[in-house]
Amino acid sequence: MAVFQEQEYNRPFDLKVWKKIFPFLRPYTFNLFIVIILNVVMALVDISMPLFQRYTIDHYIASGTVQGIGWFTVLYAVAIVFQTIIVIVSTRQSMFIEMKTNRDMKHKAFVHLQTLSFSFYNVTPVGYLIARVMSDTSRISGMLAWGLMDVMWSAVYVLGVFVAMLLLNWKLALLVMLIVPIIALLTVYFQNKILHWNRKTRRINSQITGAFNEGISGARTSKTLVIEQHNMKDFQGLTGDMQRASVKTQLLSAVYIPSIMFLSSVATALVLTRGGYLSMQGLMEIGTLSAFTSYAVGIFEPIQQIARILADIISAQANIERVTGLLEEVPAIQDSPEVVEKYGDSFVGKTENWEPIKGDIEFRDVTFRYPDGNENILEHFNLKIPAGSTVAIVGETGAGKSTLVNLACRFFEPTEGSILIDGRDYRERSQLWLHSNIGYVLQNPHLFSGSIKENIRYGRLDATDEEIEAAAQAVSADTVVQKLENGYDSDVGEGGDRLSTGEKQLISFARAVLADPAIFVLDEATSSIDTQTEQLIQSAIAHLLQGRTSFLIAHRLSTIRHADMILVVHDGKIIESGTHEELLRKKGQYFSLYTKQFEEEAAAEVLR
Amino acid sequence: MKPKKTDRKRMILRFLKGSYLYFVLAIVTSMLYTVFNSLTPQVIRAMVDSVIGEEPFELPKPVLALIEQAGGREYIREHLWLVIAAILLIALCAGVCTFFSRTFTAKGAEGFTKRIREQLFSHIQKLPYNWHVKNQTGDVIQRCTSDVEVMRNFVSGQMLEIVRIVFLIIFAMCLMFSMNAKLTWVALAFIPIVVTYSFIFYGKISERFRKADEAEGTLSAAVQENLTGVRVVRAFGRESYEIDRFDQKNNKWADMWINLSYVMGMYWGFGDLFTGLQIMTILVLGTIETVSGNISVGTFMAFISYNATLVWPIRSLGRVLSEMSKAGVSIDRINYILEEEEEQDDPAGLTPDLRGDIVFDHVSFAYEGAAPILKDLSFTIKAGSTFAILGGTGSGKSTLMHLLDRLYELPEGCGSITVGGTNIRSIRLSHLRENIGMVLQEPFLFSRTIRENISAARPKADMEEVRRACRIASVDDAIMGFSGGYDTIVGERGVTLSGGQKQRVAIARMLMQQAPVMIFDDSLSAVDSQTDAKIRQALDQNLGGSTVILISHRITTLMKADCILVLSGGQIAQMGTHQELVSQPGIYRDIYQIQTAQKDQELLAQEV
Repeated sequence: MAVFQEQEYNRPFDLKVWKKIFPFLRPYTFNLFIVIILNVVMALVDISMPLFQRYTIDHYIASGTVQGIGWFTVLYAVAIVFQTIIVIVSTRQSMFIEMKTNRDMKHKAFVHLQTLSFSFYNVTPVGYLIARVMSDTSRISGMLAWGLMDVMWSAVYVLGVFVAMLLLNWKLALLVMLIVPIIALLTVYFQNKILHWNRKTRRINSQITGAFNEGISGARTSKTLVIEQHNMKDFQGLTGDMQRASVKTQLLSAVYIPSIMFLSSVATALVLTRGGYLSMQGLMEIGTLSAFTSYAVGIFEPIQQIARILADIISAQANIERVTGLLEEVPAIQDSPEVVEKYGDSFVGKTENWEPIKGDIEFRDVTFRYPDGNENILEHFNLKIPAGSTVAIVGETGAGKSTLVNLACRFFEPTEGSILIDGRDYRERSQLWLHSNIGYVLQNPHLFSGSIKENIRYGRLDATDEEIEAAAQAVSADTVVQKLENGYDSDVGEGGDRLSTGEKQLISFARAVLADPAIFVLDEATSSIDTQTEQLIQSAIAHLLQGRTSFLIAHRLSTIRHADMILVVHDGKIIESGTHEELLRKKGQYFSLYTKQFEEEAAAEVLR
Repeated sequence: MKPKKTDRKRMILRFLKGSYLYFVLAIVTSMLYTVFNSLTPQVIRAMVDSVIGEEPFELPKPVLALIEQAGGREYIREHLWLVIAAILLIALCAGVCTFFSRTFTAKGAEGFTKRIREQLFSHIQKLPYNWHVKNQTGDVIQRCTSDVEVMRNFVSGQMLEIVRIVFLIIFAMCLMFSMNAKLTWVALAFIPIVVTYSFIFYGKISERFRKADEAEGTLSAAVQENLTGVRVVRAFGRESYEIDRFDQKNNKWADMWINLSYVMGMYWGFGDLFTGLQIMTILVLGTIETVSGNISVGTFMAFISYNATLVWPIRSLGRVLSEMSKAGVSIDRINYILEEEEEQDDPAGLTPDLRGDIVFDHVSFAYEGAAPILKDLSFTIKAGSTFAILGGTGSGKSTLMHLLDRLYELPEGCGSITVGGTNIRSIRLSHLRENIGMVLQEPFLFSRTIRENISAARPKADMEEVRRACRIASVDDAIMGFSGGYDTIVGERGVTLSGGQKQRVAIARMLMQQAPVMIFDDSLSAVDSQTDAKIRQALDQNLGGSTVILISHRITTLMKADCILVLSGGQIAQMGTHQELVSQPGIYRDIYQIQTAQKDQELLAQEV
């Protein structure tokens, strides 16, 4: 019932956090080096640009001759072309660094996610994880590549301009510098405020998206309750908040930007009067004055840029913390080093050392509590499931029927006690070994985008086309395939969207058959599929169960009835167990569940 | 059908209404800014030519008169602070204009956006149910959020920017022509080149951007698929296979961007090259003009400043034009929703008491493009009676109720539905729905507190009433069991309720409507038999004189109804009381027999 709370990250700058990201840059040290050099050169060329203007005024105009202007033009043009080349090369290099580090970070995050346990997935929304893998990593790498490039350029430019100004006229230069700290302070102050309000508008914006989602998914309910007006009023509250927050954000920049422009004018005014005075005294040439004015105006943009990027860098720290937080998440279930040594890790198994599996499962004195729960769900639980037998687990939605399966599949490990497979504690063998021997079909069968063939092949990657077709035939999935235009090569769409639930189910059965697992899990097969498919599924299940240890979670009566053992779960605990006959005689929870299901099926049967 | 340009224009104008004044003011202030901004180079020019130099002042007459009165050139030379004052005054005016221009733009654009959002929300609420069935939630949300955002940017950004840039170009042109026509023609010659280049190039890039974004979408979808299918991945031990698949997409995406960086670098680089060459040409030619005495040094400097302010807007003009085409697409996507016709809630509609007989007279119905689902049905539901409908999946029983609540309109010539003798078509829609309470099989709860959900139809109801409804629906205990009680937030952003709990909350919510007609559309399917019986008993005691329509598979749910209709293949198979139907051969008796002829028969009887 816990509602997921995202951790807030807004700590002050912390170098330790940043150090964690440096390893991602290491392979691209050379590229980084190039980018830095290029940006230093680029800044220097940019600084020299006003000097061209100064030169024309002081040399040609002042002396009243255009002799040599041809060479001047050539030199100028060369500088421009040089600049163009630098821009092209450094853009390319920065993008290279950005995308390579981005890719590496995504890869690492994705690989790590493959090792994390279900206890982690159960408490972490998928959307949150996608944001970590996708947007946070992008933000960090963008920051590393372009932030670095821009800061480099701006810093060199500002420093260079100061040096140039100091050389041209140091007193005037100091006058201009007086303005710099004011601008820096203003920028930091406003950036922080703007950042704060930006966050706020983003928050409201996601609420608006949520409201649209509800307005659309709940449209039918709103109509039957006639509460459209009521919803609209709520929505207007949100859009009103949004309007206020956005206007406020923009008002802040409406004050900030002219303030900076005004300050830059102050610098121009100071330069012009002081420089004008000096010119009149003959202490300064007009060309120098003109170059000085260009510098005084041109310096403010880079200063703002530095302040802006520094603010960005500080806020990007939160992204780094989120990504490294994910990477540092320790999998709750890990194979011991000895097991990895013998059987291989989660990705590559040492199959030559794998023992064949029979399928005996034994829960021995198992006590279990979910990592985020505070109540024991199983206490000193004992259960022997001989190879080849069928265990059915029934109960209401949300009653906790999956717990036993989660334990048997080692998606969770017992808090106390042990689970034995073929007589040995399963922690003595690798997860991959066990998982390679399990077939799993979900209520809402999960297919991956791609062709039918690819989806079935997921069960055994080295299967031939013939084996795939044979597996499909065994569970009548070929009837689905025949209806499709491209047969086994038909695309199933994202998450299998182009198929109906029943069709997806059949494909996922075929996938399980191909895997030929010793242990088979059927999780809440759906009850709302069309009658024809339903019959196909019935026979497919019968086929699948042959000779395998299987778990059926709240499946159709006909199958449950023949299960070797039925466990009834209520509020997370096993309250009844036995065969169909025994449980019916008990007239407990199973009896009422059974009669309810039976009535519905009987009615459906006649009305067909 | 290709959307017409006039449609787009009309749509923008429609939502601009109410913001016109802001936009006009924003444009005026931004033009004023341009004018003020152009004054500074004039001051510099006067300073260089006439204060430092000896040229006569070239200023507007009133200013000239003022200077003459004060004591001419000499006076200014001795009071240089006047120049500072002039520059700062101009800067102040320009700053104030910027502030107002930005403020007005923000207010105008936010008002515009607010109106679009609200119109969309309200419109979607009122669109017929059929529309909601046909359109995917995700797609509609996309249109209501991203596309609205694009429009906002268009109105606050591109639309005003074009006006600004064009004004700036014209204004700067005039000033430059007044200084030197020859140089101005040269400066002008670059404009078409830069605009065309930037327009074409930007168009090319944005096409590639789109492709790269798509690749990112694919990558994101791959992560999502992997995470939502984490059970399947683990159960088949497919971690390394998944990583390979992910890496493939990840690399492809990274390479796309790196390749894109060539084009981007070219775009930026050549943009810099063109503008650099333009500035250089003006500088060199300007120098020659100055040397040959056609213009003064100050004019030369002012001309160069104007030219510099001209270069950047021209460069962005191409980009802005190219982005505008994107806005057109978004407008069309929003119009797709807005042009759909709303349900009509005619205030002139009749508002009769709905406590009358409900008569279905020769009703036939087919969903768009599907085979008829109801074939010539005629029956009467007596006022105040309990009427039950038994039918298989897809037999049309829910359709009957949708027609009664006018979620779907019965087309002309397909029979009629009357309540108390009034055709429902002539009854005001909101009145009809307010007086027909309906509980859906899969009810939707809003992300609000439980109390707000239950009292949605009557927000002013007091807590006692809410709890009474919940006690009837047998859900009060469960709600009180939550840590937040009735203030617990449910739905997407809150606690997840089980299917049975949801249905019971929905029943309570419907009871609050106190409607004379109540429909239970298979709304106890997720509730166990005992609770089902308990709720039915409580309902019997509390329904008062309401007409009740029950839809169910379960004979025990229906058997006490005053009249039971058995629906099969869109036609009435049987109709009568339980006693009558049991005593005649037919579907009803078959179901009854199957349900009760088992060895559990006596157990079933006891339980009811």
